[in-house]
Amino acid sequence: MYQSKIVVTLRKSILDPQGKAVEHGVHSLGFEKVKDVRIGKFVELNVQTDNKSEAERITKEVCEKLLANPIMEDFHFTVENHKP
Amino acid sequence: MSKLKFGVVVFPGSNCDHDAHYVVGTLLGHDARFIWHKEGSLGDVDVVILPGGFSYGDYLRCGAIARFSPVMKDVVRFANNGGIVMGICNGFQILTEAGLLPGVLLRNASLKFVCKYVHLRVENAETRFSSKCQQGEVLEIPIAHGDGNYFVDAGMLQKLEENRQIVLRYCGPGGQVTDAANPNGAISNIAGIVNETGNVLGMMPHPERASDPVLGHTDGRKIFDSLVESLVQQTVLT
Repeated sequence: MYQSKIVVTLRKSILDPQGKAVEHGVHSLGFEKVKDVRIGKFVELNVQTDNKSEAERITKEVCEKLLANPIMEDFHFTVENHKP
Repeated sequence: MSKLKFGVVVFPGSNCDHDAHYVVGTLLGHDARFIWHKEGSLGDVDVVILPGGFSYGDYLRCGAIARFSPVMKDVVRFANNGGIVMGICNGFQILTEAGLLPGVLLRNASLKFVCKYVHLRVENAETRFSSKCQQGEVLEIPIAHGDGNYFVDAGMLQKLEENRQIVLRYCGPGGQVTDAANPNGAISNIAGIVNETGNVLGMMPHPERASDPVLGHTDGRKIFDSLVESLVQQTVLT
């Protein structure tokens, strides 16, 4: 079995008002050096296969078809061997 | 006048389905029925309404999971064959996720859920959803959403303009399209669009909440009346 850890973020070209709001909060705390806060989503899933490239292919397809909307989001993921 | 057949799709979490059914069925006197999202087929309908609400709790992205409901395959087939589809609020979000309308609805720029009456300028009174309005007319219809910030890239925006696919824009009471009149940050103040062939409408405002005089505003009824007239004319011609 393989486990995929997927991160979905708003594309760079899209304003992220949530990130902006959090950035203001971080600055209010005094962390003036923190810049460019972006909020995204984290998805973890297991793929039942012994073949890593198959796990990668399935994960990519799931991201493209459902987990991310290519108009507004980018995604990246890692796939690692997983013992339940 | 012969009765039209309206189908109102019900997803888990739809909450404006009864309002839409009431307007087209009770108020306008047509045949209206609910279509559960698990149905494989729409059956015999003239118009499909995807109502407002929070299908699947807005999980992942608004409309992202609803678009995979079994009935959506038939909605896509119906729309691609020229069938009339109207998506209101969450219905609009589902239509963009399903690829029947371009663009996407992002989180409101204010990050707040906005529920209030807004003014809308009719940008194209020649669509089958707006023919009962005057070009440039200002309608007053409520919005109620947290994710209505319409976005398309510059190329698609230009295409929407050129094809006159923008039907409604947020505006001030006098019709001025300004940032101050934009409740959610939508690009170019866009509140409603049609697809290239003009048979699919998506709009964030709720015309079904401004149709019965008892609720105080009836501008929303012009949207339903336009679409009924376009279909009745079509029947007379064929």
